[in-house]
Amino acid sequence: MSSSSSRRVVKRVKYKDAVKNPGTPGVLTMVENRFVFKPNDPTSARMLDVEFRHIKGHKNTKEGSKQPPLLNLSSSREGISYIFEFQSYPDLHECRDFVGNALSKATETAKTASERDGVTFPDEQLSAAEMELRMKLLQEDSELQKLHMQFVISGVLTESEFWATRKKLLDGDSRTKPKQRVGFKNSMILDTKPTSDGRIFALKPAVHQAFLKLVPIKMTEKDFWTKYFRAEFLHSTKNAATIAAEAAEDEELAIFLKEDEIVAREARWKIRRVDPTLDMEADQGDDYTHLPDHGIFRDGSKDITELQNEQYRRTLSQDLNRQGAVVLQGRTVDGDLEDPENVAEALMRSRQEPDEGAVQERLDRITRMNEMDDLREPRDHPVAQLCIKDPRDYFDTQQANALKTLDDSRIGIEQKKCSMTTEEAYGSLRESISKIKSIGLKNSTVESEIALTVLNGLTQNISSTKYQLGKNPRESILDSLPNRTKEELLHHWMSIQELLRHFWSSYPITTAYLSTKVGKLKDAMSQIYRQLEEIKESDFRHQVSLLVRPMHQALDAAFQHYESDLQKRAARSAEMPNGNA
Amino acid sequence: MASAASKLYADDVSLLMVLLDTNPFFWSSSNLPFSKFLPHVLAFLNSILLLNQLNQVVVIATGYNSCSYIYDSSSDSNQGSDHGRIMPARCSNLLQKLEEFVIKDEQLFKEGSREGISSSLLSGSLSMALCFDEQIYRGFFDQGHFILNLAVTMHAMQILCLQGSSDGPEQYVAIMNSIFSAQRSMVPIDSCYMGSSNSAFLQQASYITGGVYLKPQQPNGLFQYLSTVFATDLHSRAFLQLPKSLGVDFRASCFCHKKTIDMGYICSVCLSIFCKHHKKCSTCGVLKLLSVLYALCFGWVRRITT
Repeated sequence: MSSSSSRRVVKRVKYKDAVKNPGTPGVLTMVENRFVFKPNDPTSARMLDVEFRHIKGHKNTKEGSKQPPLLNLSSSREGISYIFEFQSYPDLHECRDFVGNALSKATETAKTASERDGVTFPDEQLSAAEMELRMKLLQEDSELQKLHMQFVISGVLTESEFWATRKKLLDGDSRTKPKQRVGFKNSMILDTKPTSDGRIFALKPAVHQAFLKLVPIKMTEKDFWTKYFRAEFLHSTKNAATIAAEAAEDEELAIFLKEDEIVAREARWKIRRVDPTLDMEADQGDDYTHLPDHGIFRDGSKDITELQNEQYRRTLSQDLNRQGAVVLQGRTVDGDLEDPENVAEALMRSRQEPDEGAVQERLDRITRMNEMDDLREPRDHPVAQLCIKDPRDYFDTQQANALKTLDDSRIGIEQKKCSMTTEEAYGSLRESISKIKSIGLKNSTVESEIALTVLNGLTQNISSTKYQLGKNPRESILDSLPNRTKEELLHHWMSIQELLRHFWSSYPITTAYLSTKVGKLKDAMSQIYRQLEEIKESDFRHQVSLLVRPMHQALDAAFQHYESDLQKRAARSAEMPNGNA
Repeated sequence: MASAASKLYADDVSLLMVLLDTNPFFWSSSNLPFSKFLPHVLAFLNSILLLNQLNQVVVIATGYNSCSYIYDSSSDSNQGSDHGRIMPARCSNLLQKLEEFVIKDEQLFKEGSREGISSSLLSGSLSMALCFDEQIYRGFFDQGHFILNLAVTMHAMQILCLQGSSDGPEQYVAIMNSIFSAQRSMVPIDSCYMGSSNSAFLQQASYITGGVYLKPQQPNGLFQYLSTVFATDLHSRAFLQLPKSLGVDFRASCFCHKKTIDMGYICSVCLSIFCKHHKKCSTCGVLKLLSVLYALCFGWVRRITT
């Protein structure tokens, strides 16, 4: 569908009540939200003006069938349908597509409107495709569906909040629309029409400039392009002498024949940006394109031209490079590309971006390239530095704390240790080494009774763990529970994760919206907390409590944070009685 | 009977790296004195070397201030008869080196630098053990002893930590890094912990690398434990049922106060662990993202994901 037809469609049709009727000839106009039928006979009463939201479906005849091209729009009111006979199938298809679009839009706005009534939170407007994608994701992932049911339907989270944390899922499938900017076709313009899409202007800035300068004032557009193609023709003759002669005669033609000054300037500018430490002379010695009989000249012919005609010579490689650069640059022109004048002006606007930053960047680059590493001052980075400190710094501050958290039974030993000086400790160690040296290895390192107890203990340990945990060493407590409990626990864990993710990401609370959200989340979490307590009372009390404990801890931490934050905010608002912004 | 050639390529050749804890503060307070502990270890090392002619044992001493290689069976001259001596030559060599190491370790001690906790440099000796492994692979073709080293390369190296002193949470990052590199190079870390409570580091090390963690209930029967559990080479482990620890202490040390925590906040960018909610991550300096620090239960998360 072309862009013009998406806003408005006007077609010559016959309007019928039924397929068999001859119908009233007239004009059908479709606009965004309604369609209007005006009969050719102004006295006829068969005028129509219907909004699309009253239309519930549409049917049409298939191309190739014996039927005339018919479109049937059925109204939501019982028994009423509008049948239009078109003059051709392309007309029908255009209208059918238009109706399809309009209908989907109409249903969508109706839907969001009805949703708005129920929900007070700001909700994003969803396209039908996005809704469909979400539905599909929910259908594919039963766990997601459960979570969605639990939180969105019960109103703990809004639809958009729920999906906000799953942007990746949504992004993954929404590749249907091409996000890429449309660029130039990568085909050389050797024989194109003057200005199909401003490509000539982009490729040849000199032509562009000449066009802006000359066209309305000095010559017509037609003359301009005639000159241009005359120049192209001369180039194709490969006769540098002729070109030079023609250029001398005709000033305007010379513009096209000479080397493109703007491109050349750009090239010089680019050369200046090259790393100054790079020795271009030396590099040139490495390739041999400057030797005779190397390199391809335009259109495959090789000729050695006199130096004074150098400026009229173009090589294929130059053209290729320019083409490549323009294609990479892409199209920056928007708007109507039909009119060459528009194109020329749009291109000019897009080129006029100020370049002060680039100049500064170049200077920076040169200073950076030229400076010696050991002579320069340390550079200041604008970004925050990664401050990875000596890891000991983290820990040295509170060594005593760590001691406390260690096993309580050790405390006695630790104190005993501390009472010992370094010399004494090392002394006793050395003493024991020399003791072994003097005594030597005894015949029986281990007494047989002890060895037996150890062996028995180990065997028992192994067999008991085998009995408890099965053969799989990675098998966990979770697997030992009955399926129902296991699923319940896993589901609770998932819900807790979902809630906690939302909970922690809403801090710091800056808006009233966030604070109500956190409140709701907290309620939902305390509900799960109670449910977990109930599960703990089941038959597998011991195993379940092992698994539930970390969940409870995570929830406790959240509750604690909630309470303290609440108090903090209360204190703050008390301090500033009028400061509740 | 296996022929000589097949014996050369046999799978049950092992290179055992023993990390021996020589922390004087631990041994002076231990139930099992060092003088009684060492004979168990020496007997164990001897039995490893007797199990297979190509077995290699390397002992690294884990001191309080330093670590050092104190014994390598492949460079052991093993000359001279043991007759008339009270112990084999290799044991006296080892003891000699150990004594020198202890003296050096004491000299490194700066007066007053010792405070509170007295943990050994486990991270250092773990790194040394892993470097040794790397060296063997690299030096394989450089050196002349093709046959002997071939056997070693066919080996599977294993590390045994004979640790007594408690965990030094300040070494948390370094130890975890060693553990993960051991896991990458498929070197199992066995650990025999002689201390009074369990060592979270060693539990994690053994769990992650697929080794065995054991805390002997009967310190006097240490040799029995060592020979029953840790003498098994990696090839045979496939057929054996070794003791499994019932639970692993997955707790991490927080980066801010070196406390061992079971729940904390994780920086969403660099995954640093903190015990308290901070405005700014002290490791990577992320300001804004720290507001979305997660509360996580490490143990639970790992149990779910592994």
